[in-house]
Amino acid sequence: MELLSPEEIIDSFKTALRDSFIDAKIYQREVAVKKNKFRSLWVEVKKSAFRDAVEHICHLQQYPHLAIISSSDLGSEVELIYHFTIYYGHHLEELSLGLRVKLPKSDLKIPTITDIIPGAIFTERETQEMMGVEVDGIPDNRRLFLPEDFPQGVYPWRTDETGPKDMLRVLPGRQKKYDSG
Amino acid sequence: MTVDETKTRYNIPVGPIHPALKEPIRLDLSIDGEEIVDVDVVVGQVHRGIEWLGMNRNNPIQNIYLAERVCGICNICHPFAYVMAVEQAMGITPPERAEYIRVIIAEMERIHSHLLWAGVAAHEIGFDSVFYLVWRVREEIMDLIEYVTGNRVTKAMFQIGGVRRDITEEQFPKIRQSLDYYKSLFDQLKTLFLDDKTIRMRTRNVGILKTEDALKLLTVGPTGRASGVPKDVRQDQPYSGYADLDVKAITPDMLTGTVVGDVYDRIIVRLLEVAQSIEIIEQCLEKMPPGPILAQPKTAVLLKTLTQAEGEGIGRAEAPRGEVVHYVRLEAGRETLSTWKIRAPTYVNLMSIPTILKGGQIADVPIAFASIDPCMSCTNRAIVVDSKTKNTSLLSYRELHELSVEKTKRLEAEFDS
Repeated sequence: MELLSPEEIIDSFKTALRDSFIDAKIYQREVAVKKNKFRSLWVEVKKSAFRDAVEHICHLQQYPHLAIISSSDLGSEVELIYHFTIYYGHHLEELSLGLRVKLPKSDLKIPTITDIIPGAIFTERETQEMMGVEVDGIPDNRRLFLPEDFPQGVYPWRTDETGPKDMLRVLPGRQKKYDSG
Repeated sequence: MTVDETKTRYNIPVGPIHPALKEPIRLDLSIDGEEIVDVDVVVGQVHRGIEWLGMNRNNPIQNIYLAERVCGICNICHPFAYVMAVEQAMGITPPERAEYIRVIIAEMERIHSHLLWAGVAAHEIGFDSVFYLVWRVREEIMDLIEYVTGNRVTKAMFQIGGVRRDITEEQFPKIRQSLDYYKSLFDQLKTLFLDDKTIRMRTRNVGILKTEDALKLLTVGPTGRASGVPKDVRQDQPYSGYADLDVKAITPDMLTGTVVGDVYDRIIVRLLEVAQSIEIIEQCLEKMPPGPILAQPKTAVLLKTLTQAEGEGIGRAEAPRGEVVHYVRLEAGRETLSTWKIRAPTYVNLMSIPTILKGGQIADVPIAFASIDPCMSCTNRAIVVDSKTKNTSLLSYRELHELSVEKTKRLEAEFDS
C-alpha cells in the first residue's frame, strides 16, 4: 500500500469527486522535544457525493477506521463529521481524516455506510436518535442509548425547538435557563 | 428467529446488572443447548448525558473534571484526549515537560488497569487465588499513583495547556523502585498466566475474533491487537511525549509466532503491554526536559481566551482499552463548547461481542465477555426464557459464575485423568 501525503490525499479527493469536492484543510503541529509532526485532515464534500467520498477513503486504505460521527446543530443545517483514521500500523504515518457533510434541516437524511463499514452501525444509530438525522437503509433501526419511553421527536443534541428543553429539571431556587417551546 | 421443533432454543438476557462487569449492559443470548447461536447487545443503562452537560452547562475548564468522570478507570485518557482536542481548537501548545508528565501518568494508568483486568479475568474462570495475588500486586502501582498525583482514582492532573502538578527529581527514586518491583515480578506473572494449564484450557480457542472481523467491526485496543490489527495511537499518530518514543503496537505473534485472536492472545497482549509501559515510564524519567508545566498558569486568562476562541479539534489517546477520541468545537462568544463528542473504546469493541460469543458455550460467556475488558457494569442476574412455553426462570450471577467454575474443574479433571 502506497502512503500518500495529506496534500496528495486532497488532490486524490479532488480528482475522484470533481465538482462535489467543497473544501479541505490540513492541521499540522509539532509535538514534544523531537518536533515530530502531528497531522489531521478535514475534507468537506457535497451530500450527493458522500458515499463516493467514503468509497474513495476505502481506496486509500482497504479497512479505514471510522472512529465516530460527530454532529453539530448549526441553526439552519446540521453538520456531520465522519472521523476516519487511515494508515494505522505505520509509525508516525497515521492521519485523522474528518469527512464533513452538511445537511439542510428540511432534508435531514444521509445514506448508511454499514454496507461498506459494518462497524458504523452504533454511531449511525446514535446520530439518528440524538440528532434526528435519518439514516437511509440502516439495517438496525432501534435506538441505541435512549430508553424506549423517551418521547418521539425530541433530539437531545439539537438546539432548536426539537431539543430537550421542556424535559430539563429546574433545581429548587434556580431560574429556568431556557424558554420552553 | 424461528424455533426448531426438535431442539428447544432459549433466550438468556445477561444483565443489565452483573458483578463481573463494571457498568450495566444487557446481552440477549439465544442458546441452543449449551451453544450460543445469537447475541444482541443492549446499551444505554448508564447514559448520563455528559456530552450534553459539556455543551450546555459547563465551561471548557470545568469539562476537564467531567471528562475525568466519564470512566473511573480511564480517568487519565479521557481528560488527555479532551485537552488535546481543546488545545488544537484554540491553538495553544503545552510545554515539553508537561507532555512527558502526561505520558508517565497515562502509562501508570495502563499498568493498574491491565492488572485489574488480569484479576477480574482470573476470577471469571474461578481461579480466585490468582485474583487475590494480582490485586495485591496492583496495590503497588495504586500507591505510586497516589504518591505522584495525590489521589488513587480521580487524579485531576490535566489542565488545558499543560498539567497541574509536577513530577520532581526527588520523586524519581520512589517511582524507579516501584517499576523495579514490577520488573522483578514480571516473569512470575508471565508463568502464572501463560504457562498455567487451567488458564490455557479455559482461554485458548475461546472467544475468537478473526483479523478481518476485527477490521470490519472497528475493534481497537488490546482486543484488536490480539486479533492481529497493529493499531495503537501511540505508534501510529504519536501524540504528546509519545512522539519522542518508539512505541510498537504489541500483537501476540511477537511471543507465540501466530495470531489466533482468542482470549489467551488478549492476555498475552495485556501482559506484554505492562512491560512496555514500565519501559516507557523509565524512558520518560530519563529524558524529561526541564521547564514550566503550564502554557497559561492563570485560569481566568485561559478561560477568557477559550470564550473568544473559534475552531475545532480532535484529540486521540490510547487508553488501556483502546483508542479514546474526543471531538471539540469552540464558538467565539460562547461560554460552553458548541459540540463535544466522546468515543470511548468499548463503544466500538462492543460490536465485536456477537462475533466473539457466537458458537461458544454459556460457561464461557463471563471470560469471553470480560476479555474485551468492557468498561460497562455487571450482571447479578440473568432471566432464562423458554421461548416455547414463555416460562421465565432466574439464572443468578452466582449460578452463571458456578457454571464457569464447574467447567474449569471438569477440564482439570479431564486433564489429570
